[in-house]
Amino acid sequence: MSWSQCLPLLVVASSLLPGIVIFFLPEERRSWRTTLNLSGALGKIVLVALMLWGVFQGERFVVRYSLLPNVEFRLHADPLSLLFVTLSATLWLLTTIYAIGYLEGSPNRSRFFGFFSLCVAATTGIAVAGNLLTFLIFYELLTLATYPLVVHRGTTQSLSAGRIYLAYTLAGSAALLLGVVWLSSFVGTPEFIEGGYLDEVDPRHQGSLVRIFALMILGVGVKAAIVPLHGWLPSAMVAPAPVSALLHAVAVVKAGAFGVVRIVYDVFGVEFCSTLGVTEPLAMAAAVTIVYGSIRALYQDDLKRRLAFSTVSQVSYIILGTAVLGPLATLGGIVHLVHQGVMKITLFFCAGNLAEALGVHRVSELNGVGRRMPWTMAAFTVGALGMIGVPPTAGFISKWYLAMGASAAEEPWYILVLVVSSVLNACYFLPIVYAAWFKQPAGPWPVDQRAGRLETKLSLLVPTIATALLVVGFGLLASVWFSPLGWASLIVEREYQR
Amino acid sequence: MSASGAWMVSLVLAPLLAASIALVVGRRSGPYAALAAAAAIVCSLAGLIGQLERHGAAASAVGGWGSPLGIQLHADGLSVLMLLMSALVGVGVTAYAWGYFGLARRRDEPFNAAASRARESFWPLWLFAWGGLHALFLSGDIFNLYVALELLTLSAVGLIGLANQRTASFAALRYLLASLVGSLFYLLGVALLYGEYAVLDCQRLLELVQGTRATTCALALMTLGLMLKTALFPLHFWLPLAHGNSPAPVSALLSSLVVTACFYAILRLWCTVFANAGTPGAGMLLALLGAAAIVYGSLQAICQQRLKMLIAYSTVAQVGYLFLGFAFLGRSASAVLAWQGVVYYALSHACAKGAMFLAAGSIMRSAGHDQLEGLAGIGKQLPVSVFAFGLAGMSLMGLPPSGGFVGKWLLLRAALEAGLWWVAVTILAGGLLAAGYTFPLLERALANRAEPWVARRVPRGMELASLVLALCAVALGLVAAQPLELLEIGAPFQPLASQEANP
Repeated sequence: MSWSQCLPLLVVASSLLPGIVIFFLPEERRSWRTTLNLSGALGKIVLVALMLWGVFQGERFVVRYSLLPNVEFRLHADPLSLLFVTLSATLWLLTTIYAIGYLEGSPNRSRFFGFFSLCVAATTGIAVAGNLLTFLIFYELLTLATYPLVVHRGTTQSLSAGRIYLAYTLAGSAALLLGVVWLSSFVGTPEFIEGGYLDEVDPRHQGSLVRIFALMILGVGVKAAIVPLHGWLPSAMVAPAPVSALLHAVAVVKAGAFGVVRIVYDVFGVEFCSTLGVTEPLAMAAAVTIVYGSIRALYQDDLKRRLAFSTVSQVSYIILGTAVLGPLATLGGIVHLVHQGVMKITLFFCAGNLAEALGVHRVSELNGVGRRMPWTMAAFTVGALGMIGVPPTAGFISKWYLAMGASAAEEPWYILVLVVSSVLNACYFLPIVYAAWFKQPAGPWPVDQRAGRLETKLSLLVPTIATALLVVGFGLLASVWFSPLGWASLIVEREYQR
Repeated sequence: MSASGAWMVSLVLAPLLAASIALVVGRRSGPYAALAAAAAIVCSLAGLIGQLERHGAAASAVGGWGSPLGIQLHADGLSVLMLLMSALVGVGVTAYAWGYFGLARRRDEPFNAAASRARESFWPLWLFAWGGLHALFLSGDIFNLYVALELLTLSAVGLIGLANQRTASFAALRYLLASLVGSLFYLLGVALLYGEYAVLDCQRLLELVQGTRATTCALALMTLGLMLKTALFPLHFWLPLAHGNSPAPVSALLSSLVVTACFYAILRLWCTVFANAGTPGAGMLLALLGAAAIVYGSLQAICQQRLKMLIAYSTVAQVGYLFLGFAFLGRSASAVLAWQGVVYYALSHACAKGAMFLAAGSIMRSAGHDQLEGLAGIGKQLPVSVFAFGLAGMSLMGLPPSGGFVGKWLLLRAALEAGLWWVAVTILAGGLLAAGYTFPLLERALANRAEPWVARRVPRGMELASLVLALCAVALGLVAAQPLELLEIGAPFQPLASQEANP
């Protein structure tokens, strides 16, 4: 095994090792911690770039190790894993910068950044997992590593949010475990492969396969917040802003959605799924979630809660795209994995900036905030327009391909769902944008912290603007080969080769 | 005597010798004797494993006296894995006890007769128990098994009595009575078997035993007696009090090693002596009791207010998993897989439970109590211990990567292949319930604390010992292939798997 074969392992280690070291750093070693965090994040990006180049050249990186007799621990890098790894590595770097600024002066930072790095290591592991067992290992690790972050503030409210989070996610993992073990009793745990590996299974077992599919989707659906498994997400918004970014954009919800994509495409195979007749219910669940999440978002006054329900709705776009048969819908779903990430992280960064600089948490307090924090609100506006799907933002690209996919699959209902959801998106985002730019502030802000001439700390502002630029950039440059869309079409080509 | 025979004898004799030295010399020799014994045990075990890997299962008659007079030692994969467990936990607990009891009274510490008695008596008692454990794991006949069991339980009774509390002596007495009744039942069974077949050697009995009435009686008596010692629901009544009130290293030893050793005795009997006499119906009954234990023990653990009682009830629950393997009697295909899972689960449970009790001991030492209510913010005081507790909990919940996960994976796989759905559901439910009793402490550890701490210092070695054991439990999830290969030596579960072939 040459050194380049180890790349998937190194990518996981690049956030695992700094995390472990950070745990042992005393609280006051601020510069050490920052150096470790940033060098881990930058190192990871370099490693990911190397892998991207390799995979683009057609190389396939594999790390394998026999965990049990006949059961392998397997990491590999295929285009789909790289899409997710690149997303999480980029956003991790930005979130780390943001978190360093956001948590400055607050207690328990070593603990925070330790678990933060573990979280990203687990996410990377999920992305490069080469079979279901490996996926399961990292998926559970993610649950455990996120818990201390959700309860980071240590208040009664955050502890109860943590309890809810655990109740949902652990129950989900039990379902996933059962599904994985059951499936492995038929076919073992082979490698993920485009088009799935279940064609050979005796047709008599189709009933069992349907149940296995349901169990596995239940398991990953908890993290992907499919209604009615979404209850933990809105309550987890009590966590600090960088954690919300992690939950909603970098790691947790994404891991769930990525899991659905993996299971549908690389375990069952999308064509086999539709033979089993399981895509239809999955698409229905996604459609219900999209509309339900948007409607609930309308009624939330707490900004982060509104964003949380918006995530519930947006993540199911990915699942809808996955469940509708046909390359265009798949393309829309997979590319939304990236687009939703950058859009939602922008919005959460903005919400964090507002809370940090002005102590503003509610939508009703946002009147005139655009004049006080123009950069933040500009970024927010870009993110919101992206969510609604206005061209030339990234969100438009996703919705365009999803709608094309739905019409190609002759499922006009789903186009209607997309339209309704976009209208609802506009209904809950545009009033915020309007109030921020055009209304008069009601009075002085609850707190007002400026950082010199800037509206807030530079470390909070830079990541926010960077992600907002990505939202526009991914939309404008969608047709270039290295854009998320370009990469996603590479994945789709491979999925539909067979 | 063959090389493997010498290693086996050394495994049994080293702790017994060290115990005698600690007893005779007394005073401060205990910790050093234990250290020497631990080193000898680790070396002998490594030697034994090397021999077995080359030559397969080994038997040896000590001093050249064959049965029925002599002592017949026998080692196969199952015994080796159990010895490995005893070495891991034993070394961890020894290191911990070194800090817990202290080598001598510190200058600033007032003289306390009870504490100094505990400090001196712990070492010989623990070393006798260690010798008993090894004798038990290596016994090749049912009477030596009895002797080893007695040695083990009597030292355990002494260990429980070390705590200077009324509840402790009460718990010790109750444990003594329970285990004496258990031993009596066992001995009756031995007598019946000897009367019927005039043989005590396990392997010979395997060939001779048939389902006569006396055999069935012996099977019932011996299993019942050992169930009492293993504290299988509903015979667990003595366990929570005994394990919850002993000094931390003792609780760790009892919950992780002694209970598992008694289970090992049952397993050994069922897969050698009674392989042809045990019926699937009886096995199913045992498995059902196991499932009940998982549910009942976990629910009780969730309701506890005291940390150590919580862990003790968790042992009641975890013992249940071990008995789930009996549901697979008569299902040759999946039986071996299930028993591999059970043994692996026992191994990782021992490490995890040991780590948990040790961490609880550090917490108790630091906070001065173990009421869950008062432990908010403990994570800031004892991050290492709390982390160890969390890792151990991960293994008990069966979350990957951990030894508990591997055990559950194998068991689940076997259950699904055999179509035993209730076993699969119980395993998963047990994992969720384990989360229910692991997270209350972790949650408090992460919570804010309003009032300041009056925390006592905890020796660094204690914290590290618990962390190392917890890491062992996790590591067992990463290197499962090698221990499972070891378990194959001598095919210990073969008689159960081929049961259908020769009914």
